[in-house]
Amino acid sequence: MSQPTAIARRFPWHILFFLAPGLLIYVTFSVYPLLDTLWLGLFQEDETGQRFFAGISNYQTLLLDAAWSEPFWNALWNNTKFFIIHMLVQNPIGLFLAALLSSPRLRLSNTYRTLIFMPTMLSVVIIGFVWQLLLSPIWGISEGFLYSIGLGQYFDAWLGKESSSLITLALISVWQFVGIPMMLIYAAMLSIPDDLIDASVVDGSNAWQTFWHVKLPLILPTIAMVSILTFVANFNAFELIYAVKGALAGPNFSSDIMGTLFYRTFFGFQLQSGSITMGAAVATLMFLIILVGVMLYLFVIQRRMKRFQL
Amino acid sequence: MISLPGLKHNTGKTLMTHAVLLTYTVIALFPILVIIVNAFKSRKAIFKDPLALPTLDSFSLEGFEQVLGRADFGLYFGNSMIVTLVSLFFVLLFGAMAAWALTEYKFRGNLFLAVLIAMGIMIPIRLGTVSILNLMASLDLVNTLTALVLVYIAQGLPLAVFILSEFIRQVPKELKEAARCDNVSEYKIFFTIILPLIRPAMATVAVFTMIPIWNDLWFPLILAPGESTQTITLGVQQFIGQYVTDWNAVLSSLTLAIVPVLVLYVIFSRQLIRGLTSGAVK
Repeated sequence: MSQPTAIARRFPWHILFFLAPGLLIYVTFSVYPLLDTLWLGLFQEDETGQRFFAGISNYQTLLLDAAWSEPFWNALWNNTKFFIIHMLVQNPIGLFLAALLSSPRLRLSNTYRTLIFMPTMLSVVIIGFVWQLLLSPIWGISEGFLYSIGLGQYFDAWLGKESSSLITLALISVWQFVGIPMMLIYAAMLSIPDDLIDASVVDGSNAWQTFWHVKLPLILPTIAMVSILTFVANFNAFELIYAVKGALAGPNFSSDIMGTLFYRTFFGFQLQSGSITMGAAVATLMFLIILVGVMLYLFVIQRRMKRFQL
Repeated sequence: MISLPGLKHNTGKTLMTHAVLLTYTVIALFPILVIIVNAFKSRKAIFKDPLALPTLDSFSLEGFEQVLGRADFGLYFGNSMIVTLVSLFFVLLFGAMAAWALTEYKFRGNLFLAVLIAMGIMIPIRLGTVSILNLMASLDLVNTLTALVLVYIAQGLPLAVFILSEFIRQVPKELKEAARCDNVSEYKIFFTIILPLIRPAMATVAVFTMIPIWNDLWFPLILAPGESTQTITLGVQQFIGQYVTDWNAVLSSLTLAIVPVLVLYVIFSRQLIRGLTSGAVK
Protein backbone atom coordinates (compact mmCIF):
# COMPACT_ATOMS: atom_id res chain seq x y z
CA MET A 1 0.00 0.00 0.00
CA SER A 2 2.61 2.47 1.02
CA GLN A 3 4.98 1.57 -1.81
CA PRO A 4 2.90 3.00 -4.72
CA THR A 5 2.10 6.20 -2.86
CA ALA A 6 5.78 6.71 -2.17
CA ILE A 7 6.51 6.38 -5.87
CA ALA A 8 3.61 8.63 -6.73
CA ARG A 9 4.87 11.22 -4.34
CA ARG A 10 8.29 11.04 -5.92
CA PHE A 11 6.91 11.93 -9.33
CA PRO A 12 7.72 15.61 -9.78
CA TRP A 13 4.18 16.89 -10.21
CA HIS A 14 5.29 20.43 -9.59
CA ILE A 15 7.56 20.43 -12.66
CA LEU A 16 4.66 19.25 -14.76
CA PHE A 17 2.42 21.87 -13.21
CA PHE A 18 4.82 24.69 -14.05
CA LEU A 19 5.76 23.47 -17.50
CA ALA A 20 2.57 21.95 -18.90
CA PRO A 21 0.29 24.93 -19.67
CA GLY A 22 2.85 26.97 -21.58
CA LEU A 23 4.39 23.99 -23.30
CA LEU A 24 1.02 22.63 -24.33
CA ILE A 25 -0.03 25.86 -26.01
CA TYR A 26 3.40 26.42 -27.57
CA VAL A 27 3.59 22.92 -29.01
CA THR A 28 -0.03 22.86 -30.18
CA PHE A 29 -0.12 26.26 -31.85
CA SER A 30 3.47 26.80 -32.89
CA VAL A 31 5.63 23.68 -33.12
CA TYR A 32 2.98 21.30 -34.40
CA PRO A 33 1.58 23.68 -37.06
CA LEU A 34 5.08 24.36 -38.30
CA LEU A 35 5.92 20.65 -38.65
CA ASP A 36 2.49 19.92 -40.09
CA THR A 37 3.01 22.67 -42.67
CA LEU A 38 6.31 21.12 -43.74
CA TRP A 39 4.49 17.79 -44.11
CA LEU A 40 1.48 19.29 -45.93
CA GLY A 41 3.80 20.74 -48.56
CA LEU A 42 4.30 17.17 -49.79
CA PHE A 43 0.62 16.65 -50.59
CA GLN A 44 -1.74 17.66 -53.36
CA GLU A 45 -5.48 17.93 -53.68
CA ASP A 46 -7.58 16.66 -56.59
CA GLU A 47 -10.81 18.29 -57.79
CA THR A 48 -12.89 16.63 -55.11
CA GLY A 49 -10.65 17.99 -52.38
CA GLN A 50 -9.17 14.57 -51.66
CA ARG A 51 -5.63 14.91 -50.43
CA PHE A 52 -2.93 12.56 -51.66
CA PHE A 53 0.77 12.26 -51.14
CA ALA A 54 2.69 13.84 -53.99
CA GLY A 55 6.30 13.90 -52.85
CA ILE A 56 8.27 16.86 -54.02
CA SER A 57 6.05 17.65 -56.98
CA ASN A 58 4.77 20.89 -55.42
CA TYR A 59 8.36 22.05 -55.20
CA GLN A 60 9.06 21.00 -58.77
CA THR A 61 6.08 23.06 -59.89
CA LEU A 62 7.08 25.99 -57.74
CA LEU A 63 10.69 26.06 -58.86
CA LEU A 64 10.49 24.83 -62.45
CA ASP A 65 7.03 25.41 -63.94
CA ALA A 66 7.16 28.87 -65.51
CA ALA A 67 3.68 29.87 -64.31
CA TRP A 68 4.84 29.35 -60.73
CA SER A 69 8.57 29.78 -60.83
CA GLU A 70 8.46 33.25 -62.34
CA PRO A 71 6.46 34.74 -59.44
CA PHE A 72 8.52 32.72 -56.99
CA TRP A 73 11.94 33.88 -58.19
CA ASN A 74 10.57 37.38 -58.58
CA ALA A 75 9.36 37.40 -54.97
CA LEU A 76 12.59 35.89 -53.69
CA TRP A 77 14.73 38.39 -55.57
CA ASN A 78 12.53 41.30 -54.45
CA ASN A 79 12.78 40.04 -50.89
CA THR A 80 16.55 39.90 -51.20
CA LYS A 81 16.59 43.49 -52.45
CA PHE A 82 14.28 44.46 -49.60
CA PHE A 83 16.78 42.92 -47.17
CA ILE A 84 19.83 44.48 -48.82
CA ILE A 85 18.28 47.94 -48.61
CA HIS A 86 17.66 47.41 -44.91
CA MET A 87 21.24 46.28 -44.38
CA LEU A 88 22.69 49.18 -46.35
CA VAL A 89 20.43 51.94 -45.07
CA GLN A 90 18.66 50.99 -41.85
CA ASN A 91 21.52 49.44 -39.92
CA PRO A 92 24.20 52.04 -40.79
CA ILE A 93 21.80 54.86 -39.87
CA GLY A 94 21.00 52.97 -36.66
CA LEU A 95 24.70 52.62 -35.91
CA PHE A 96 25.33 56.28 -36.67
CA LEU A 97 22.48 57.46 -34.44
CA ALA A 98 23.60 55.13 -31.67
CA ALA A 99 27.15 56.47 -31.90
CA LEU A 100 25.86 60.04 -31.62
CA LEU A 101 23.52 59.18 -28.76
CA SER A 102 26.30 57.57 -26.77
CA SER A 103 28.58 60.59 -26.95
CA PRO A 104 29.58 61.38 -23.38
CA ARG A 105 27.55 63.94 -21.45
CA LEU A 106 25.08 64.46 -24.26
CA ARG A 107 21.96 66.17 -22.98
CA LEU A 108 18.48 65.11 -24.05
CA SER A 109 19.77 61.80 -25.33
CA ASN A 110 16.85 60.01 -23.64
CA THR A 111 14.39 62.29 -25.38
CA TYR A 112 15.93 61.78 -28.80
CA ARG A 113 15.99 58.04 -28.29
CA THR A 114 12.36 57.92 -27.19
CA LEU A 115 11.14 60.07 -30.07
CA ILE A 116 13.15 58.34 -32.78
CA PHE A 117 11.87 54.99 -31.55
CA MET A 118 8.25 56.09 -31.78
CA PRO A 119 7.46 54.99 -35.39
CA THR A 120 8.61 51.48 -34.50
CA MET A 121 5.73 51.21 -32.05
CA LEU A 122 3.03 51.97 -34.58
CA SER A 123 1.21 49.42 -36.68
CA VAL A 124 2.65 48.87 -40.13
CA VAL A 125 -0.86 49.44 -41.45
CA ILE A 126 -0.84 52.97 -40.10
CA ILE A 127 2.70 53.62 -41.30
CA GLY A 128 1.83 52.35 -44.76
CA PHE A 129 -1.09 54.69 -45.13
CA VAL A 130 0.70 57.66 -43.64
CA TRP A 131 3.36 57.37 -46.31
CA GLN A 132 0.89 56.60 -49.03
CA LEU A 133 -0.86 59.86 -48.26
CA LEU A 134 2.37 61.81 -47.96
CA LEU A 135 3.76 60.50 -51.23
CA SER A 136 0.53 60.65 -53.16
CA PRO A 137 0.64 63.09 -56.07
CA ILE A 138 -2.94 64.09 -55.21
CA TRP A 139 -2.19 65.49 -51.82
CA GLY A 140 1.15 66.76 -52.88
CA ILE A 141 2.80 67.25 -49.52
CA SER A 142 6.06 65.76 -50.66
CA GLU A 143 5.80 67.41 -54.05
CA GLY A 144 5.28 70.82 -52.47
CA PHE A 145 8.09 70.14 -50.06
CA LEU A 146 10.52 69.16 -52.82
CA TYR A 147 9.63 72.29 -54.82
CA SER A 148 10.20 74.45 -51.76
CA ILE A 149 13.77 73.17 -51.48
CA GLY A 150 14.32 73.39 -55.21
CA LEU A 151 14.14 69.68 -56.02
CA GLY A 152 10.61 69.69 -57.37
CA GLN A 153 11.51 68.21 -60.72
CA TYR A 154 12.57 65.00 -58.99
CA PHE A 155 9.10 64.34 -57.63
CA ASP A 156 7.44 61.26 -58.99
CA ALA A 157 4.73 58.81 -58.01
CA TRP A 158 7.36 56.58 -56.47
CA LEU A 159 4.94 54.09 -54.98
CA GLY A 160 3.12 53.67 -58.25
CA LYS A 161 6.00 52.90 -60.57
CA GLU A 162 7.40 49.47 -61.22
CA SER A 163 10.95 50.73 -61.09
CA SER A 164 10.66 52.43 -57.73
CA SER A 165 7.81 50.96 -55.68
CA LEU A 166 9.85 48.24 -53.97
CA ILE A 167 12.67 50.62 -53.09
CA THR A 168 10.21 53.17 -51.76
CA LEU A 169 8.47 50.53 -49.64
CA ALA A 170 11.81 49.31 -48.32
CA LEU A 171 12.78 52.85 -47.36
CA ILE A 172 9.45 53.36 -45.59
CA SER A 173 10.17 50.18 -43.64
CA VAL A 174 13.67 51.45 -42.89
CA TRP A 175 12.20 54.71 -41.62
CA GLN A 176 9.86 52.83 -39.32
CA PHE A 177 12.28 50.31 -37.86
CA VAL A 178 15.54 52.20 -37.62
CA GLY A 179 14.84 52.54 -33.89
CA ILE A 180 15.58 48.86 -33.27
CA PRO A 181 19.22 48.74 -34.47
CA MET A 182 19.74 52.15 -32.92
CA MET A 183 18.57 50.96 -29.54
CA LEU A 184 20.41 47.63 -29.56
CA ILE A 185 23.69 49.14 -30.72
CA TYR A 186 23.32 52.03 -28.29
CA ALA A 187 22.91 49.54 -25.46
CA ALA A 188 26.02 47.67 -26.57
CA MET A 189 28.00 50.90 -26.72
CA LEU A 190 26.96 51.82 -23.20
CA SER A 191 28.34 48.55 -21.94
CA ILE A 192 31.85 49.27 -23.26
CA PRO A 193 33.99 49.99 -20.18
CA ASP A 194 35.06 53.64 -19.87
CA ASP A 195 38.66 52.57 -19.18
CA LEU A 196 39.00 51.25 -22.71
CA ILE A 197 37.79 54.52 -24.24
CA ASP A 198 39.94 56.59 -21.88
CA ALA A 199 42.99 54.48 -22.64
CA SER A 200 42.46 55.02 -26.32
CA VAL A 201 42.06 58.79 -25.83
CA VAL A 202 45.19 58.92 -23.68
CA ASP A 203 47.02 57.03 -26.41
CA GLY A 204 46.20 59.98 -28.62
CA SER A 205 43.52 58.65 -30.91
CA ASN A 206 40.75 60.98 -31.99
CA ALA A 207 37.03 60.28 -31.76
CA TRP A 208 36.90 58.64 -35.18
CA GLN A 209 39.88 56.37 -34.43
CA THR A 210 38.40 55.46 -31.07
CA PHE A 211 35.16 54.54 -32.74
CA TRP A 212 36.81 52.57 -35.52
CA HIS A 213 39.44 50.70 -33.51
CA VAL A 214 37.88 50.35 -30.07
CA LYS A 215 34.10 50.65 -30.13
CA LEU A 216 33.25 49.05 -33.45
CA PRO A 217 35.11 45.76 -32.84
CA LEU A 218 33.43 45.49 -29.45
CA ILE A 219 29.93 45.95 -30.82
CA LEU A 220 30.41 43.59 -33.77
CA PRO A 221 28.45 40.79 -32.02
CA THR A 222 25.53 43.18 -31.62
CA ILE A 223 25.76 44.18 -35.27
CA ALA A 224 25.68 40.50 -36.21
CA MET A 225 22.61 40.03 -34.03
CA VAL A 226 20.92 43.08 -35.57
CA SER A 227 21.66 41.64 -39.01
CA ILE A 228 20.06 38.28 -38.29
CA LEU A 229 17.03 39.97 -36.70
CA THR A 230 16.73 42.12 -39.83
CA PHE A 231 17.03 39.02 -42.00
CA VAL A 232 14.29 37.11 -40.19
CA ALA A 233 11.98 40.12 -40.05
CA ASN A 234 12.50 40.95 -43.73
CA PHE A 235 11.96 37.45 -45.07
CA ASN A 236 8.83 37.22 -42.96
CA ALA A 237 7.53 40.67 -43.93
CA PHE A 238 4.03 41.05 -45.30
CA GLU A 239 2.01 43.80 -43.63
CA LEU A 240 3.56 46.88 -45.23
CA ILE A 241 3.30 45.62 -48.79
CA TYR A 242 -0.22 44.34 -48.18
CA ALA A 243 -1.33 47.58 -46.55
CA VAL A 244 0.05 49.79 -49.30
CA LYS A 245 -0.19 47.62 -52.40
CA GLY A 246 -2.74 44.96 -51.53
CA ALA A 247 -2.29 41.23 -52.02
CA LEU A 248 -1.28 41.72 -55.65
CA ALA A 249 1.85 43.64 -54.64
CA GLY A 250 1.66 45.88 -57.68
CA PRO A 251 2.37 47.46 -59.98
CA ASN A 252 2.74 44.25 -61.92
CA PHE A 253 4.14 42.33 -58.92
CA SER A 254 7.13 44.63 -58.73
CA SER A 255 6.80 44.83 -54.94
CA ASP A 256 5.93 41.17 -54.42
CA ILE A 257 7.89 39.50 -51.63
CA MET A 258 7.72 36.04 -50.05
CA GLY A 259 5.06 37.06 -47.53
CA THR A 260 2.62 38.39 -50.14
CA LEU A 261 3.33 35.44 -52.45
CA PHE A 262 2.56 33.08 -49.55
CA TYR A 263 -0.69 34.91 -48.81
CA ARG A 264 -1.82 34.78 -52.44
CA THR A 265 -0.86 31.15 -52.90
CA PHE A 266 -2.67 30.14 -49.76
CA PHE A 267 -5.83 32.24 -50.14
CA GLY A 268 -5.98 32.83 -53.86
CA PHE A 269 -6.70 36.11 -55.57
CA GLN A 270 -8.88 37.19 -58.43
CA LEU A 271 -8.92 34.29 -60.90
CA GLN A 272 -6.51 31.99 -59.15
CA SER A 273 -7.99 29.91 -56.36
CA GLY A 274 -6.01 29.36 -53.21
CA SER A 275 -4.27 26.10 -52.48
CA ILE A 276 -3.55 24.82 -49.00
CA THR A 277 -0.84 22.44 -50.08
CA MET A 278 0.86 24.90 -52.43
CA GLY A 279 0.67 27.51 -49.67
CA ALA A 280 2.34 25.04 -47.34
CA ALA A 281 5.08 24.50 -49.92
CA VAL A 282 5.76 28.24 -50.14
CA ALA A 283 5.79 28.47 -46.33
CA THR A 284 8.25 25.58 -46.23
CA LEU A 285 10.61 27.36 -48.60
CA MET A 286 10.35 30.51 -46.48
CA PHE A 287 11.12 28.37 -43.45
CA LEU A 288 14.18 26.89 -45.13
CA ILE A 289 15.48 30.31 -46.16
CA ILE A 290 15.08 31.67 -42.63
CA LEU A 291 16.54 28.50 -41.15
CA VAL A 292 19.65 28.75 -43.32
CA GLY A 293 20.12 32.35 -42.21
CA VAL A 294 19.68 31.52 -38.54
CA MET A 295 22.01 28.51 -38.72
CA LEU A 296 24.63 30.55 -40.51
CA TYR A 297 24.39 33.10 -37.74
CA LEU A 298 24.48 30.58 -34.91
CA PHE A 299 27.22 28.30 -36.17
CA VAL A 300 29.43 30.53 -38.25
CA ILE A 301 29.10 34.13 -37.20
CA GLN A 302 28.33 33.85 -33.52
CA ARG A 303 31.02 31.24 -32.96
CA ARG A 304 33.62 33.32 -34.73
CA MET A 305 32.53 36.38 -32.77
CA LYS A 306 33.15 34.61 -29.49
CA ARG A 307 36.63 33.63 -30.52
CA PHE A 308 37.25 37.15 -31.71
CA GLN A 309 36.21 38.58 -28.37
CA LEU A 310 38.66 36.36 -26.50
CA MET B 1 35.61 62.14 -15.76
CA ILE B 2 38.81 63.44 -17.21
CA SER B 3 39.04 67.07 -18.23
CA LEU B 4 39.44 67.21 -21.94
CA PRO B 5 41.89 69.66 -23.49
CA GLY B 6 39.97 71.07 -26.44
CA LEU B 7 36.78 72.22 -24.76
CA LYS B 8 35.88 74.80 -27.42
CA HIS B 9 36.26 72.23 -30.13
CA ASN B 10 33.93 70.03 -28.14
CA THR B 11 31.08 72.52 -27.88
CA GLY B 12 31.10 72.74 -31.66
CA LYS B 13 30.93 69.01 -31.88
CA THR B 14 28.13 68.83 -29.35
CA LEU B 15 26.15 71.35 -31.38
CA MET B 16 26.66 69.27 -34.49
CA THR B 17 25.51 66.17 -32.65
CA HIS B 18 22.37 67.94 -31.52
CA ALA B 19 21.71 69.28 -35.00
CA VAL B 20 21.93 65.81 -36.54
CA LEU B 21 19.82 64.15 -33.86
CA LEU B 22 17.23 66.89 -34.01
CA THR B 23 17.02 66.58 -37.78
CA TYR B 24 16.49 62.87 -37.54
CA THR B 25 13.89 63.29 -34.81
CA VAL B 26 11.96 65.62 -37.11
CA ILE B 27 12.18 63.03 -39.91
CA ALA B 28 10.90 60.36 -37.53
CA LEU B 29 7.96 62.38 -36.23
CA PHE B 30 6.96 64.53 -39.19
CA PRO B 31 4.68 62.03 -40.98
CA ILE B 32 2.85 61.15 -37.78
CA LEU B 33 2.32 64.81 -36.93
CA VAL B 34 1.00 65.61 -40.41
CA ILE B 35 -1.69 62.97 -39.98
CA ILE B 36 -2.73 64.05 -36.51
CA VAL B 37 -2.76 67.76 -37.39
CA ASN B 38 -4.86 67.25 -40.51
CA ALA B 39 -7.35 65.04 -38.74
CA PHE B 40 -8.53 68.15 -36.94
CA LYS B 41 -9.06 70.21 -40.08
CA SER B 42 -11.88 70.73 -42.50
CA ARG B 43 -11.79 68.95 -45.81
CA LYS B 44 -10.91 72.07 -47.73
CA ALA B 45 -8.07 72.96 -45.39
CA ILE B 46 -6.58 69.48 -45.64
CA PHE B 47 -6.07 69.95 -49.36
CA LYS B 48 -5.32 73.64 -49.50
CA ASP B 49 -2.57 73.74 -46.93
CA PRO B 50 -1.71 70.29 -45.62
CA LEU B 51 1.19 71.51 -43.52
CA ALA B 52 -0.65 74.26 -41.65
CA LEU B 53 -1.85 73.83 -38.11
CA PRO B 54 -5.62 73.97 -37.65
CA THR B 55 -6.85 77.53 -37.09
CA LEU B 56 -10.19 78.72 -35.76
CA ASP B 57 -11.38 78.76 -39.36
CA SER B 58 -10.13 75.39 -40.47
CA PHE B 59 -10.68 73.43 -37.25
CA SER B 60 -13.19 70.66 -37.68
CA LEU B 61 -14.07 67.36 -36.06
CA GLU B 62 -16.18 66.07 -38.91
CA GLY B 63 -13.80 63.19 -39.56
CA PHE B 64 -14.03 61.94 -36.01
CA GLU B 65 -17.80 62.30 -36.03
CA GLN B 66 -17.99 60.24 -39.19
CA VAL B 67 -15.65 57.53 -37.98
CA LEU B 68 -17.15 57.21 -34.54
CA GLY B 69 -20.67 57.35 -35.90
CA ARG B 70 -20.29 54.96 -38.79
CA ALA B 71 -17.70 52.32 -38.14
CA ASP B 72 -17.61 49.95 -35.22
CA PHE B 73 -14.56 51.51 -33.74
CA GLY B 74 -15.66 50.82 -30.21
CA LEU B 75 -16.13 47.14 -30.97
CA TYR B 76 -12.79 46.84 -32.77
CA PHE B 77 -11.03 48.66 -29.99
CA GLY B 78 -12.64 46.39 -27.42
CA ASN B 79 -11.64 43.29 -29.38
CA SER B 80 -8.04 44.46 -29.54
CA MET B 81 -8.03 45.21 -25.82
CA ILE B 82 -9.45 41.79 -24.92
CA VAL B 83 -7.09 39.88 -27.19
CA THR B 84 -4.03 41.85 -26.10
CA LEU B 85 -4.70 41.76 -22.37
CA VAL B 86 -5.76 38.12 -22.18
CA SER B 87 -2.81 36.98 -24.30
CA LEU B 88 -0.48 39.12 -22.24
CA PHE B 89 -1.75 37.70 -18.96
CA PHE B 90 -1.16 34.13 -20.06
CA VAL B 91 2.18 34.81 -21.73
CA LEU B 92 3.42 36.31 -18.47
CA LEU B 93 1.95 33.61 -16.23
CA PHE B 94 2.79 30.55 -18.33
CA GLY B 95 6.07 32.10 -19.44
CA ALA B 96 7.20 32.70 -15.88
CA MET B 97 6.10 29.23 -14.81
CA ALA B 98 7.95 27.56 -17.66
CA ALA B 99 11.03 29.71 -17.14
CA TRP B 100 11.06 28.74 -13.48
CA ALA B 101 10.69 25.03 -14.24
CA LEU B 102 13.43 25.09 -16.87
CA THR B 103 15.94 27.05 -14.80
CA GLU B 104 15.24 25.64 -11.34
CA TYR B 105 14.74 21.92 -11.79
CA LYS B 106 16.97 19.32 -13.33
CA PHE B 107 15.01 16.67 -15.18
CA ARG B 108 15.34 14.57 -18.26
CA GLY B 109 14.52 16.53 -21.42
CA ASN B 110 15.21 19.88 -19.77
CA LEU B 111 17.78 20.99 -22.34
CA PHE B 112 15.68 19.70 -25.22
CA LEU B 113 12.63 21.66 -24.07
CA ALA B 114 14.72 24.79 -23.51
CA VAL B 115 16.12 24.59 -27.05
CA LEU B 116 12.66 23.84 -28.48
CA ILE B 117 11.26 26.96 -26.87
CA ALA B 118 14.29 29.08 -27.77
CA MET B 119 13.81 28.21 -31.44
CA GLY B 120 10.50 30.02 -31.34
CA ILE B 121 12.35 33.32 -30.89
CA MET B 122 13.88 33.06 -34.34
CA ILE B 123 11.34 31.05 -36.35
CA PRO B 124 8.21 33.12 -37.05
CA ILE B 125 4.96 31.42 -36.08
CA ARG B 126 3.44 32.85 -39.26
CA LEU B 127 5.08 30.09 -41.30
CA GLY B 128 2.72 27.58 -39.70
CA THR B 129 -0.37 29.56 -40.71
CA VAL B 130 -1.72 26.94 -43.12
CA SER B 131 -1.91 24.34 -40.38
CA ILE B 132 -2.99 26.80 -37.71
CA LEU B 133 -6.04 27.64 -39.81
CA ASN B 134 -6.77 23.92 -40.31
CA LEU B 135 -6.40 23.33 -36.61
CA MET B 136 -8.63 26.25 -35.66
CA ALA B 137 -11.25 25.08 -38.16
CA SER B 138 -11.29 21.61 -36.65
CA LEU B 139 -11.52 23.09 -33.14
CA ASP B 140 -14.37 25.29 -34.37
CA LEU B 141 -12.47 28.40 -33.31
CA VAL B 142 -12.33 30.31 -36.60
CA ASN B 143 -13.69 33.84 -36.18
CA THR B 144 -13.31 33.79 -32.43
CA LEU B 145 -11.03 35.90 -30.30
CA THR B 146 -9.94 32.69 -28.57
CA ALA B 147 -8.14 31.61 -31.73
CA LEU B 148 -6.13 34.83 -31.73
CA VAL B 149 -5.37 34.56 -28.03
CA LEU B 150 -4.07 31.00 -28.38
CA VAL B 151 -1.80 31.91 -31.29
CA TYR B 152 -0.48 35.01 -29.55
CA ILE B 153 0.31 33.05 -26.39
CA ALA B 154 2.29 30.58 -28.49
CA GLN B 155 3.98 33.48 -30.26
CA GLY B 156 4.88 35.41 -27.11
CA LEU B 157 6.08 32.54 -24.92
CA PRO B 158 9.59 31.96 -26.32
CA LEU B 159 10.85 35.48 -25.72
CA ALA B 160 9.09 35.63 -22.36
CA VAL B 161 10.73 32.39 -21.22
CA PHE B 162 14.10 33.59 -22.48
CA ILE B 163 14.03 36.97 -20.71
CA LEU B 164 12.42 35.69 -17.51
CA SER B 165 14.89 32.79 -17.24
CA GLU B 166 17.73 35.31 -17.19
CA PHE B 167 16.11 37.07 -14.26
CA ILE B 168 15.13 33.94 -12.35
CA ARG B 169 18.76 32.81 -12.51
CA GLN B 170 19.74 35.94 -10.62
CA VAL B 171 17.46 35.21 -7.67
CA PRO B 172 19.76 34.36 -4.73
CA LYS B 173 19.88 30.66 -3.86
CA GLU B 174 19.59 31.41 -0.14
CA LEU B 175 16.01 32.65 -0.53
CA LYS B 176 14.82 29.41 -2.06
CA GLU B 177 16.85 27.20 0.26
CA ALA B 178 15.60 28.96 3.33
CA ALA B 179 12.03 28.50 2.16
CA ARG B 180 12.61 24.82 1.42
CA CYS B 181 14.10 24.30 4.87
CA ASP B 182 10.90 25.72 6.30
CA ASN B 183 8.99 23.14 4.26
CA VAL B 184 7.39 25.70 1.97
CA SER B 185 5.94 24.00 -1.10
CA GLU B 186 7.44 24.54 -4.55
CA TYR B 187 4.20 26.18 -5.67
CA LYS B 188 4.29 28.65 -2.83
CA ILE B 189 7.97 29.40 -3.45
CA PHE B 190 7.18 30.30 -7.03
CA PHE B 191 4.02 32.32 -6.46
CA THR B 192 4.97 34.17 -3.28
CA ILE B 193 8.75 34.55 -3.58
CA ILE B 194 9.81 34.34 -7.23
CA LEU B 195 6.92 36.05 -8.99
CA PRO B 196 7.10 39.28 -6.95
CA LEU B 197 10.88 39.35 -7.39
CA ILE B 198 10.79 39.23 -11.17
CA ARG B 199 8.10 41.89 -11.56
CA PRO B 200 10.42 44.41 -13.24
CA ALA B 201 11.36 41.82 -15.86
CA MET B 202 7.67 41.04 -16.35
CA ALA B 203 7.06 44.67 -17.26
CA THR B 204 9.75 44.47 -19.92
CA VAL B 205 8.30 41.26 -21.31
CA ALA B 206 4.86 42.84 -21.23
CA VAL B 207 5.90 45.69 -23.51
CA PHE B 208 7.66 43.39 -25.98
CA THR B 209 4.66 41.07 -26.05
CA MET B 210 1.97 43.69 -26.24
CA ILE B 211 3.15 45.75 -29.19
CA PRO B 212 3.27 43.02 -31.84
CA ILE B 213 -0.09 41.65 -30.70
CA TRP B 214 -1.82 45.03 -30.79
CA ASN B 215 -0.33 45.82 -34.20
CA ASP B 216 -0.72 42.42 -35.84
CA LEU B 217 -2.59 42.28 -39.12
CA TRP B 218 -1.80 38.76 -40.38
CA PHE B 219 -3.64 36.59 -37.87
CA PRO B 220 -6.73 38.80 -37.51
CA LEU B 221 -6.93 38.81 -41.31
CA ILE B 222 -6.74 35.03 -41.51
CA LEU B 223 -8.20 33.67 -38.29
CA ALA B 224 -10.82 36.25 -37.33
CA PRO B 225 -11.84 38.50 -40.23
CA GLY B 226 -15.52 38.40 -39.25
CA GLU B 227 -17.30 41.68 -38.57
CA SER B 228 -17.72 41.00 -34.85
CA THR B 229 -14.19 39.78 -34.18
CA GLN B 230 -12.12 42.37 -36.06
CA THR B 231 -9.29 43.99 -34.20
CA ILE B 232 -8.54 47.66 -34.52
CA THR B 233 -5.61 47.12 -36.90
CA LEU B 234 -7.73 45.06 -39.26
CA GLY B 235 -10.65 47.45 -38.82
CA VAL B 236 -8.54 50.46 -39.75
CA GLN B 237 -7.06 48.59 -42.71
CA GLN B 238 -10.51 47.75 -44.08
CA PHE B 239 -12.03 51.07 -43.22
CA ILE B 240 -9.33 52.88 -45.16
CA GLY B 241 -9.81 50.60 -48.13
CA GLN B 242 -13.53 51.30 -48.12
CA TYR B 243 -13.54 55.04 -47.61
CA VAL B 244 -10.28 55.98 -49.19
CA THR B 245 -11.74 59.09 -50.78
CA ASP B 246 -13.14 60.39 -47.52
CA TRP B 247 -10.01 62.09 -46.30
CA ASN B 248 -11.41 63.45 -43.07
CA ALA B 249 -12.55 60.03 -42.01
CA VAL B 250 -9.32 58.33 -43.06
CA LEU B 251 -7.11 60.80 -41.21
CA SER B 252 -9.31 60.63 -38.13
CA SER B 253 -9.34 56.85 -38.12
CA LEU B 254 -5.55 56.83 -38.40
CA THR B 255 -5.30 59.26 -35.51
CA LEU B 256 -7.65 57.16 -33.41
CA ALA B 257 -5.52 54.10 -34.11
CA ILE B 258 -2.30 55.93 -33.26
CA VAL B 259 -3.45 57.35 -29.94
CA PRO B 260 -3.65 54.15 -27.87
CA VAL B 261 -0.15 53.15 -28.90
CA LEU B 262 1.20 56.59 -28.11
CA VAL B 263 -0.38 56.49 -24.66
CA LEU B 264 1.03 53.03 -24.11
CA TYR B 265 4.41 54.19 -25.31
CA VAL B 266 4.48 57.20 -23.00
CA ILE B 267 3.62 54.97 -20.05
CA PHE B 268 6.04 52.19 -20.86
CA SER B 269 8.85 53.79 -22.84
CA ARG B 270 11.16 53.74 -19.85
CA GLN B 271 10.55 50.08 -19.25
CA LEU B 272 10.97 49.33 -22.91
CA ILE B 273 14.28 51.12 -23.16
CA ARG B 274 15.52 49.59 -19.94
CA GLY B 275 14.54 46.17 -21.24
CA LEU B 276 16.31 46.70 -24.53
CA THR B 277 19.46 47.99 -22.89
CA SER B 278 19.67 45.43 -20.10
CA GLY B 279 18.75 42.62 -22.48
CA ALA B 280 21.42 43.52 -24.98
CA VAL B 281 24.13 44.16 -22.45
CA LYS B 282 24.08 40.54 -21.43
